[in-house]
Amino acid sequence: MIEALHDVQVPAGVQAQAIAHLWQWLLAICTLVFVAVMVALAIALKRAPRAGADAAPDVSSLWRSEPKVARVVWIAVGVSTLLLLVLLGASVFTDRALAQMPLADGLHIELTAYDWWWDARYDDAEPSRIFSTANELHVPVGRPVVVSLAGADVIHSFWVPSLHGKKDLIPGRPTTIAFRADRPGVYRGQCAEFCGYQHAHMAIFVVAEAPDDYERWAARQREPAPEPVTGAQRRGRDVFLGRSCAMCHAVNGTTAQARRAPDLTHVASRMTLAAGTLVNTTSQRAAWILDPQRFKPGAHMPPESFAPDELTALNAYLEILK
Amino acid sequence: MNLRRIVSGPMRAGNDAQAKATRERQTTPGSTPAIRRGDALDVEHLPSYGFGTRSLMWWGTAGMSTIEGMGFALMIAVYFDLKSRSQMWPNEGTPPQLLWGTLNLVLALLSAVPSVFADDAAKDRDLARVRFWMIVFLVIGLGLLGVRWLEINALNVRWDASAYGSAVWVLFGLHTFNVLTNYADSVVVTAVMFKTPVDGKRYVDIAENAGYWWFIVLTWIPIYAVVYWGPRF
Amino acid sequence: MNADAYALPAGAAPPGRSERSPHEAATRGERVLDGEGWGSAAALALEHTWRDRPGLLGWLRTNDHKRIGLRFVVTAFVFFVAAGLLAAVMRAQLAFPDNPLVGPDLYNQLFTMHGTTMMFIFAVPVMQGMAVYLVPLMAGTRNTAFPRMTACAYWLYLLGALSLWIGFALNTGGDAGWFAYVPLAGPQYGIGKRTDVWNNLINLTEAMGLMVAVDLATVIFKMRAPGMSLRRMPLFLWASLVTSLMIIFAMPSVMLAANLAQFDRTFATHFFNPSEGGDVLIWQHLFWFFGHPEVYFIFIPALGFVSSIIPTFARRPMFGHDAVVLSLVATGFLAFGLWVHHMFATNLPELGKSFFTAMSYMIAIPTAVQIFCWIATLWTGRINLRTPLLYVLGFFAILVLGGLTGIMVGSVPFDLQAHDSYFVVAHLHYVLLGGAVFPLFGAFFYWFPKFTGRMMGERLGRWQFTLFFIGFNVAFFPMHILGLAGMPRRIYTYAAETGWGPLNLVATIGAVVIAVSILLFVINVVRSLAKGEAASADPWGAGTLEWATLSPPPAFNFVALPVVASREPLWAREADEPTHVRGLSAQTREGLVTTVLDARPDVRYSYPTPTIWPVVAAITVVGWLFWSAMTPSGMFYGLIPPAIAFIAWYWPTQKETAEQLLLERRP
Repeated sequence: MIEALHDVQVPAGVQAQAIAHLWQWLLAICTLVFVAVMVALAIALKRAPRAGADAAPDVSSLWRSEPKVARVVWIAVGVSTLLLLVLLGASVFTDRALAQMPLADGLHIELTAYDWWWDARYDDAEPSRIFSTANELHVPVGRPVVVSLAGADVIHSFWVPSLHGKKDLIPGRPTTIAFRADRPGVYRGQCAEFCGYQHAHMAIFVVAEAPDDYERWAARQREPAPEPVTGAQRRGRDVFLGRSCAMCHAVNGTTAQARRAPDLTHVASRMTLAAGTLVNTTSQRAAWILDPQRFKPGAHMPPESFAPDELTALNAYLEILK
Repeated sequence: MNLRRIVSGPMRAGNDAQAKATRERQTTPGSTPAIRRGDALDVEHLPSYGFGTRSLMWWGTAGMSTIEGMGFALMIAVYFDLKSRSQMWPNEGTPPQLLWGTLNLVLALLSAVPSVFADDAAKDRDLARVRFWMIVFLVIGLGLLGVRWLEINALNVRWDASAYGSAVWVLFGLHTFNVLTNYADSVVVTAVMFKTPVDGKRYVDIAENAGYWWFIVLTWIPIYAVVYWGPRF
Repeated sequence: MNADAYALPAGAAPPGRSERSPHEAATRGERVLDGEGWGSAAALALEHTWRDRPGLLGWLRTNDHKRIGLRFVVTAFVFFVAAGLLAAVMRAQLAFPDNPLVGPDLYNQLFTMHGTTMMFIFAVPVMQGMAVYLVPLMAGTRNTAFPRMTACAYWLYLLGALSLWIGFALNTGGDAGWFAYVPLAGPQYGIGKRTDVWNNLINLTEAMGLMVAVDLATVIFKMRAPGMSLRRMPLFLWASLVTSLMIIFAMPSVMLAANLAQFDRTFATHFFNPSEGGDVLIWQHLFWFFGHPEVYFIFIPALGFVSSIIPTFARRPMFGHDAVVLSLVATGFLAFGLWVHHMFATNLPELGKSFFTAMSYMIAIPTAVQIFCWIATLWTGRINLRTPLLYVLGFFAILVLGGLTGIMVGSVPFDLQAHDSYFVVAHLHYVLLGGAVFPLFGAFFYWFPKFTGRMMGERLGRWQFTLFFIGFNVAFFPMHILGLAGMPRRIYTYAAETGWGPLNLVATIGAVVIAVSILLFVINVVRSLAKGEAASADPWGAGTLEWATLSPPPAFNFVALPVVASREPLWAREADEPTHVRGLSAQTREGLVTTVLDARPDVRYSYPTPTIWPVVAAITVVGWLFWSAMTPSGMFYGLIPPAIAFIAWYWPTQKETAEQLLLERRP
């Protein structure tokens, strides 16, 4: 079980905070209007006398105006319009606040959404500091993160409710979203644009940590994969490179450099597998590799038949990729 | 068939005050009032057909024209959206050949002439004149269809070559489909005029057909401009 | 003065088969004109002229707007139940986390079929069907303007709906959502024929919608009863007019989109292919330019229902009638300026998005005007609290709440959180069920006596309303909270650790209660048809013209077309104004065309007679679409059968021409 926050009403970042504030205004005023209208309706029903279908209708209003009633209706319309304008103002104000949030000294991540996983490339002015990971972003607390969004196949949407609203990743229309986490914690997001079979299993985790912790994590991610030590681990690496794994997955420091599937260089450092579908334990990993279709039917990772010792070895190798 | 009378018909009828007044009355709604008889409004003497907005067919045709006009307008919007997102337009290759398209524009405007004369003749209930001008219209229309065929071969792009090609073909194709169906329509309403006896409503159909042809001609102007001149600016 | 003037006098025989054929009488030079009362020779002649042949052939050939309207309503309701059952399966799946009941492929088809069926096959057609039935009656005329076209439209609709559901049964139902975004629905990722079937459905249902809209708009503009000027036109006719005009401007957009998508899939065009210069967002623009007005095609007729029911059950004309008319018209216009609010999460320019927030807020104002006018009408009236009014009260509560959540999601920043989450699912169901289905049930109860001649059971009606109201709120209110808790839409399952389980279970329970209430409705309909209390011409004491004739109306609607002198013709008449029209032929199907603004009599109109060609034409058009889907040459050769059918449809027969010439008066 991964304890993660994913609530619009519990913001952990400045953007989500601004939106939550707007939400409170919207909720308050809309509730007020709703109650007022229902009360008016209830009073109308209560005080009007009852009559059956055969009661003669009162047609005097066909040729006589009703100024008193008209005045009340006009006032009601006026008040409603005023409240609408207040809410419109609040909305525009929040919009502008979001657009003007400081982005200086921001961390740059290039996020590409694939059918049913997230590829994250941490950008840097210094090319040797660039690294890739998948499905789990670590960010420093208190520093803006600018994420450029690209859709690789169909439309996806990046949504981490406790940090910000969502933005669609549309093929042919690159865009960006910026957020800043103000509290350390684990924040869960999920793809929010229907993208096919496994739209339901396309989560993303954003781990906000103190700047030092973040730097330690990033430094680790920049390093190539550790060398296998034990025999099993070595055999595992051979299985990885020899079977179809290397056709899609990359592990820096080996010959596996394909980018069609998540980068596995530091897969053991992640909390989950398969974009949040499974917890990243040894047994779950083994079960996943053996038959991905069991957990994520329709995913592009094919099942493979391994001899039990092959699987154990492979898993032993992946275990060291922290 | 007195050719002189038929050809000079429009000019004569145009100057004839009485014919003008008749046409005016035929297209003015409510020009024959109902008669009050006690509790009832008597409508027995009201005409059984009318031209222009008095005819329900006019309204149906107006609805159809609006629907198709929206289709054209939206397709033109799609064309320009795609153009605004392209560095080069056409994405590749050359723009459509101007010759046939411009010839088509001229022929289209020309075809409006017999159509208008047939409309006048229908309002005068002049069967011989109606038949003559509809045949002339159909002949010019046939030429127009022929030129369309030449245009298709001179678009200089395939529909599957690029988004530009797709947009040109569909915009062109939508209008061409309309021309074809309206031409078929015109053939049918003309054929009916050769089946006697002819009642008043058949004249209204000729008039409505002419009105719809105006829609076809007028919508060709912006579409021609977009297809042929869009890639040249 | 009330409906008695038009009711069947006691002791008079109801219109039945006449011995003498009016057509024979016509050929002998005798002319039978209408304008007499029930039981007269004119009434008998009218009945003979307007009735359909018995049996299957008569049923197929009919162009009686009442039979066709009911056809639409019944068919739409059947699909409503079918789509509802799909939703029940979805709710069963979502009741528990990691539920193995339904897999992703089936689930994707379920919500696509549910949405597509509800929006395209149920909601718009049922509203149009009610209008096809009610508009000519309320306008005081004998049939719609283009009855053969509306007859054809029904068959296009039925064949389209069946093609989608047969596709579903064969595992080829749509699976890309009711909105079929590209690239998911495009040639590369929309594998198989599923989206082709979906695109085909769009063509057929939208063609139907457009045909019916043109017909209704023409009736409302040109065939109203003499004296029914635009200012005296009932609010339901205004609602139908605004809806029809909106349909004419909006439906071409989705038809164009679906066909462009189909070209991408079949002919390798590149409209939505970014790597060849295409733009994925064009689909969304075209779809939502239609899609937003679409919800108003569903909502505005429902507003018309409410505006018909409230005056009757408050025993007074609508307060602020003119304001309500202006509000309906304003809503119709404004509806076209909102569509981008479905696209706030895309990369469109921020300033543009704010404009659409402002427009979305503006459209709340005419709705608010109507709501306050309705409340004012109830406040100053005398209430008859029967089931139709109960449904209107339910509409108030649910629609106002849904409208207010609409204000919330209309704001760009908040929508960035709520978009594509269960908050929107809650919002849309509140406005659609609250804003349209509750009034629709109210309308069923209200007009059931007119349709069938029997009253619906009142007690069962109250039970149904209560269950529906409670079940609806239990099912959909929790979804607001689920959306705020981060639950996205269109997911077939979720993990227990998200915490979404309990509220989903509550929602499923609510869904079960809704299902029970619908079952009660069906039982009520069946029982009422069999042994409901017989209904008089005007059991509710209403004021509009449909109540001025029998329940159910005879094929010719009115024995003499009414002449109208006030906004509520059955409630208020002028002392020395004419009451009815005389002089139309009872031997052929004649009606009256009037002027647009003042409804002065203008032209006598001969309605087309029943014929089989609309059915044949519909079948050949569907055949053309299928042939085109199979091979490109089908696009051309497949046009030949429809061409023949349409020509045969139009071709005037000798008999028709002879009849016309007998009746003819030149303008």
